[in-house]
Amino acid sequence: MEGKEMKKIAMYWGAGCGGCDVSLLSLHEKILDLLEEAEIVFWPCAMDFKYEDLEKMKDGSIDIAFYNGAIRTEENEEIAKLLRKKSKILVAYGSCATEGCVIGLANLYSREEIFDTVYLKNETTKNEDGIIPSSNDLHLPEFLPHLKTLEQVVKVDAFIPGCPPPKPVLENALEALLQGKTEFGKSVALCDECPRKDSKPEKIEINKFYRWHEKEDNGDCFLAQGIICMGPATRAGCEAECISANIPCTGCMGAVPKVREQGISMLSALASILGDMDEEKEKEIIESLQDVVGTFYKYATAKLLPEGRLKDES
Amino acid sequence: MARRIGVFVCHCGINIAGTVDVERVARELEKQPGVVFATTYQYMCSDPGQNLIKQKIEEENLDAVVVAACSPAMHEETFRGVCREYFNEYRCEMANIREQCSWVHDGEEATEKAIKIVKATVEKLRDNEDLMPILVPVEKKCLIIGGGIAGIQAALDIADAGYKVILVEKEPSIGGRMAQLSETFPTLDCSQCILTPKMVAVARHPNIKLLTYSEVLEISGFVGNFHVKILKKPRYVDEDACTVCGDCEEVCPVIVANEFEMERKPRKAIYIPFPQAVPSTYTLDREACLGLAPLTCSQCKEVCEANAIDYDMQPKIIEEDVGAIIVATGYDLYDKNKLVEYGYGEDDDIITSLEFERMLSASGPTGGKIIKPSTGKEPKKVVFIQCAGSRDKQHMPYCSSICCMYTAKHALLYKHHVPDGEAYIFYIDIRATGKGYEEFIERVMEEERINYIRGKVAKIYRDGDKIVVCGVDTLTGRKVEVQADLVVLAMAIVGKEEAVKIAKKLKVAVDDGNFFKESHPKLKPVEALTRGIYFAGCAQAPKDIPSAVAQASAAASKVLSIFSKDKLEKDPLIAVVDEEHCSACGICVSVCPYGAMMKMENGKARCIEALCEGCGTCAAACPSSNIEMRNYKDEQIVKMVEVVI
Repeated sequence: MEGKEMKKIAMYWGAGCGGCDVSLLSLHEKILDLLEEAEIVFWPCAMDFKYEDLEKMKDGSIDIAFYNGAIRTEENEEIAKLLRKKSKILVAYGSCATEGCVIGLANLYSREEIFDTVYLKNETTKNEDGIIPSSNDLHLPEFLPHLKTLEQVVKVDAFIPGCPPPKPVLENALEALLQGKTEFGKSVALCDECPRKDSKPEKIEINKFYRWHEKEDNGDCFLAQGIICMGPATRAGCEAECISANIPCTGCMGAVPKVREQGISMLSALASILGDMDEEKEKEIIESLQDVVGTFYKYATAKLLPEGRLKDES
Repeated sequence: MARRIGVFVCHCGINIAGTVDVERVARELEKQPGVVFATTYQYMCSDPGQNLIKQKIEEENLDAVVVAACSPAMHEETFRGVCREYFNEYRCEMANIREQCSWVHDGEEATEKAIKIVKATVEKLRDNEDLMPILVPVEKKCLIIGGGIAGIQAALDIADAGYKVILVEKEPSIGGRMAQLSETFPTLDCSQCILTPKMVAVARHPNIKLLTYSEVLEISGFVGNFHVKILKKPRYVDEDACTVCGDCEEVCPVIVANEFEMERKPRKAIYIPFPQAVPSTYTLDREACLGLAPLTCSQCKEVCEANAIDYDMQPKIIEEDVGAIIVATGYDLYDKNKLVEYGYGEDDDIITSLEFERMLSASGPTGGKIIKPSTGKEPKKVVFIQCAGSRDKQHMPYCSSICCMYTAKHALLYKHHVPDGEAYIFYIDIRATGKGYEEFIERVMEEERINYIRGKVAKIYRDGDKIVVCGVDTLTGRKVEVQADLVVLAMAIVGKEEAVKIAKKLKVAVDDGNFFKESHPKLKPVEALTRGIYFAGCAQAPKDIPSAVAQASAAASKVLSIFSKDKLEKDPLIAVVDEEHCSACGICVSVCPYGAMMKMENGKARCIEALCEGCGTCAAACPSSNIEMRNYKDEQIVKMVEVVI
């Protein structure tokens, strides 16, 4: 370690499931290589740090700060701003920080609707007195009106996609970041590395959509089987982890760089490969799509709807 | 690249200027960055209009031009031609402020929209690349699918011009429907007599390779360079060796219905569909034959002195490269079983128009005698029903075009055969638009004293020996009831069922009647949307013989114009795949209507320049935004949208 300038790195967990923190550990023995080059100065989930430790650091003294999770509370926002101030490179780590991810779907609902569901109407909730915790009786960080991505709060230098970032994505990203590069990752779509690539028929045509459990998987390209797979509209790099486990891609890596919007790209591709059918059949097949937002905008809703549900729709 | 753009706004008489304030459009456009000159003119497409553009290109040193006028489909070629003298023609764009603006809007709104359309076009033009037409080599050989009169005519026209033709016919003989007809309207020429010389000419023509009893299996490629696979079914008789002596037919023990005779006459398992068949040879129907094995029955082989019968003949796949394809697959009659209201299928004395044609033919099932099939006697009262299945929303909505004429002919010929008989014709309208057709109808009505009843038949039922036809004469409002001996249905004409399969192979469209869809109903009636494919005869729409022949010659002339050059020029506004970033998802290959997207060995897509028509379907479908249309790049479209909104 002597003689070598150690990079100072930080990791913070915002509004997220914790999977991102765990994903760092999925590096397995490679994490030791990382620690050869870097020293962890702040990682509340893994080591004992307090916010005041962070506050005391000099501005720009952290070389690389990873922020995982989205911005859901005042606290998340405060730390995001603080980390920004203290770091040279701020990295949005994982899908929540990058695009809002699954929890970003909350932007389809108001804060009141969310509390109502979580504290009162949830089937497994027992809350006879109908108590909804608030800052009036407890000292709690404010629950923001809408979920935000990191970039919607502070300037972000680099993005590591994935829910959570899969091992090959992470390795590639860390290697680049340690060399000071902020652009990395593949720019083709997932089909490029899909193990089912060769099973694609000459012409893909869909006449009925199936959900995973509705059809016995024959091992061919999911789309060719009529099962929605976001692979064609999703950035490669994960080495098709899900598909290797016989689960179609749900698109957590986000859009390829050239694409403006992953969901609409996939929808227009799907619309193009529907078989010959009359208007009625077309309507029927479109209506058979379960949970359109949850399928095509599972990860990017918050990025696309930073202010929450469109007013004229509510 | 900073361009010096000139904007030329056309009044189009009052077509545009009557609605749009063209002067204001020009003034507004002058303010756009890069636009160095803008003006208006009465008729930009006129000679003085074109000269104005040339003059201003020189005076103002323009290097790009927007003409705000009509649709580019109308005059793009005109204005690109003007600009070609000075700079790359793809620096000339048209802004359509007529069809898409002045014709559909009024007042202030129209002018505002016109300004936006022209501004957007200027934005697009800024990023246009200079392009050169794509050159494609031409294989000067034509495939014609279908050997009816249309296919025959097209084959002869092209072969006479000195080019090779491959004529593929599914049946054992060419001749098609025309060979089945007795006389033709309005001249009453013998159909067979005028057709036979042409059939023989096809057989003898050194430039025509005739493949009968054959079907097209696969078609790939593009204009100038199609590759086709044709299946030649075994006819078990050597075409060249057969002397048509008929000995084999005599001894053949199997009797089946003859398709050529609308199944109203028997034939043997080894047969010649009709005496004048081309090629002049017998064919052994494998389905009907007792076994194609000498042990089961080999009577035909034993008597054949020419030694022409070969039970071991195998199907052959013939592969050909051709530069153009003419589809002349002809027509079928609408399925008679679907006309329950006319009781077909249940009554022997209700027959179709083609069955009546065969009955009228001297070589037909009755030797030219008109009979009532159930009794074999001469029918004294015959009812002809027009529009059986045509002009009927329950069946086919369109007019079958020729039924009025052939029904008049049928009634006339009936009267000639049975002078003391009575003929009734139920019709909706009489459509006799061809040359000499109206006169023919007049003659039939007056001289032959045919009872024309305007009205639809409501019901047909059998009453003892008679068929009772009930309807209303809509001219007098009275009910009509005819006790007929024979009823002839002028059946609707539909495209061949096989047309749908052929259309799929050709990647062209058919409509609800199985008719091939032409590229433009008025201006491109023989062209398919895909270049190098043409239609002739009833494959495209119901039509009479002269129209089929004319369309065949038109299709042939289109083919000859392709063959007149060694290389074809093609618009370079096509799709371009960024192969490096292609993930090989296969969506574009699946959606391309022209088969222009090719899957390479690594699975990635590549656009075949010669095939691409620039429709943009692939670019819209590509989930990686990895396909761009030349001169319609995403950034261009985004800029266009930005100035519009």
